[in-house]
Amino acid sequence: MVNLKNYNVGIKFFVLFLTFNLTLSCSQQKLYVTKVEGREIGITDKNTGVASIENFIKPYRENIDKDLNAPLAYAPQTLDKNGQWQSTIGNLMSDVTLAKCNPIFLSREKKPIDICLLNHGGIRSIIGLGVVTARTAYEIMPFENTAYVVALKGEQILEMVNYIISEKKPHPLSGMTFTIGKDNVAKSIMIQKKPFDINATYYVVTSDYLINGGDNMNFFKKATAKYDLDYKLRNVLIDYFKETDTIPLINDKRINVE
Amino acid sequence: MERREFIQKTAAGTALVGLGLSLSSFKTVATKHLTILHTNDVHSYIDPFPPTHPKNPNMGGVARRAALIESIKKENPNVLLLDAGDVFQGTPYFNYYGGELEFKLMSMMQYDLATMGNHDFDNGIDGFYAQLPNAKFDFVSANYDFKNTVLNGVVKPYKIFDKDGIKVGVFGLGVELEGLVDKKNYKETVYHDPVSVSQDMVRILKYEQKCDLVICLSHIGYQYKNEPDKICDLKLAALTKDIDLIIGGHTHTFLDKPTVVKNADGKDVLVNQVGCYGINLGRIDFYMDSDKSKSAAGRSIVV
Repeated sequence: MVNLKNYNVGIKFFVLFLTFNLTLSCSQQKLYVTKVEGREIGITDKNTGVASIENFIKPYRENIDKDLNAPLAYAPQTLDKNGQWQSTIGNLMSDVTLAKCNPIFLSREKKPIDICLLNHGGIRSIIGLGVVTARTAYEIMPFENTAYVVALKGEQILEMVNYIISEKKPHPLSGMTFTIGKDNVAKSIMIQKKPFDINATYYVVTSDYLINGGDNMNFFKKATAKYDLDYKLRNVLIDYFKETDTIPLINDKRINVE
Repeated sequence: MERREFIQKTAAGTALVGLGLSLSSFKTVATKHLTILHTNDVHSYIDPFPPTHPKNPNMGGVARRAALIESIKKENPNVLLLDAGDVFQGTPYFNYYGGELEFKLMSMMQYDLATMGNHDFDNGIDGFYAQLPNAKFDFVSANYDFKNTVLNGVVKPYKIFDKDGIKVGVFGLGVELEGLVDKKNYKETVYHDPVSVSQDMVRILKYEQKCDLVICLSHIGYQYKNEPDKICDLKLAALTKDIDLIIGGHTHTFLDKPTVVKNADGKDVLVNQVGCYGINLGRIDFYMDSDKSKSAAGRSIVV
C-alpha cells in the first residue's frame, strides 16, 4: 500500500512537470518583433470594386437617389453665401427658419420668436439655378443640427450685435435690423420692427451647435431659458422647398452701414 | 535563467522521447507575419468621390476597399482589420439608414474590431445600440464607462486575438464627449483620462494576458497644435510604455507615413492615421520571431 501511494505521487508530479513545460515551450512561446513595415494605400479606380458589395449597396443607393433627386422647387437664380453683412442664401435660410419654427414655439410656449441667427460657416453649399431637391438641402446642411429657441436678455442682444460687427461675417440674420455707425457702434436697433428695449427678454431661434458655444457665440451661453424644438434645420429647409414653387431672391437690408 | 529553461526543456524533451513523443514541433523557432489593415473616420462614405470632385476625385469607395483587402489577404491571410471610429455621419446613407449599411458592409469586409468615435453617438447611444445586430465585429472602448447605459457589457475595454499563434491585445480609446457631443446623445457615458486607462490596459494585456502585441485603437486625435495640453495620440505614445502601435482617428489627419515616437521607456511606438472618408487604407506589417536575440539585434521599423 505504501509503495503504491508513492508511485501515484510520482506520476502526478511527472504529469504536472510535463504540462508546465509544454505550456512554456508551446502555447505561450514568447514572440518578439523583428521588423515593422508601415504604409498607406490609396483607394483609387485602379481597384475594381467587388461585385457582390456593389450589388449589395445598389438598392440602398437607388432608394436614396429616388428620394433626394425628386424635384421640390425651382430656383430662377443662384443663391450663395457671398456678401459683406448678409447673403442671399443666408437671408432665405434665416427667414425660413424663423417662419417655420415660430408656429411650433407659439403653440408650445405661447410666445412668438423674435429673431433668427445662424452661422455663416454652417452653410456648406449653394442653391444653384434650376431644380431644387432634398439633396440640395443635404448639401447645404449635412450636419444633424437641431433648431433651439433661447431666451436672451437685452444685454445679450447687444453682445450679439457687437459680435456680428466684430466678426464682419454675413451670418444669417432675420427679425432684427440695425445700422453700424461711423464709430463702429450699432444704432437704430429694431426687433420685429419695434425699437430694441434693453429691459426686454427676446426669443432667438438658432442651432444646438451655436448655443453650445460653436463659433464663439458666447452670448448664447447666458440664455435664461432654452427650448429644444426637435426640428432639424435641414428638415426646415426640405419642408420649405416642398411647399414652395419658386425660390425667391431676398435682398432687403438687415444691417446698414453709415 | 536561460540555462535553467534549457535544462527544463531538455528534461521534458527526454521524458517525452521516452514516451515515444517528440517535442520538435514546439522547439522549432517560429517566424510569423501579421498584417494590420485599418481605416478611420469613414463617415458613411460608401460611394467613391465623383471624378469631378475638387479634392478627392475618384478616390475611396467601399467596393474598391473590399477588393484591396481581398488582394492583401491573398498575399498574407493573417490579417487583422480595424477601424478607429466615426463610422457614422457624413452622407445621406447615414441619415436614411442610421448606420445599418455601414455596419453590414464592414461585416462583409470581415472587419475584426472597431472603436467608438464621437459621431457614432449621433443618433444617440440608443441609435448606435440599435444598429449593433448588423455588426459581426465588436467595438472596444476602455475609457468610456458605459455602466449606466445600454452599452454596459456590450462594448468592452479590449479584445484579444490569436492570429496564427500571435497573441494580439487591442484596446479602444475615445475622445472627451463634453462640449463635442450633445449630452442627450451620450447620456450617462463617463469619460476617463486616456493615459491612466492605457497604463491599466497595458498591465492587463502585456503582463497578465501576456500578449505579444499591444495595439491601441484610438479616436482621441493625432495632435492639437492650438491646444498643446490636450491629450492626443502623439502625447499618449510618449507618456506610456509597452504599446506597440496606436491606430488613430478623429482629427482626419493625412500622414505621408506612420510616425515613430519614443515611449516612456525610450522604445519606438508607431502612430498612424489615414485621413478620412475611406480614401486610404493603412497597412502595418509585424514580423515576429520566437528568438529574442533577433529582435534585440535587429528590430527595424520601415516606414
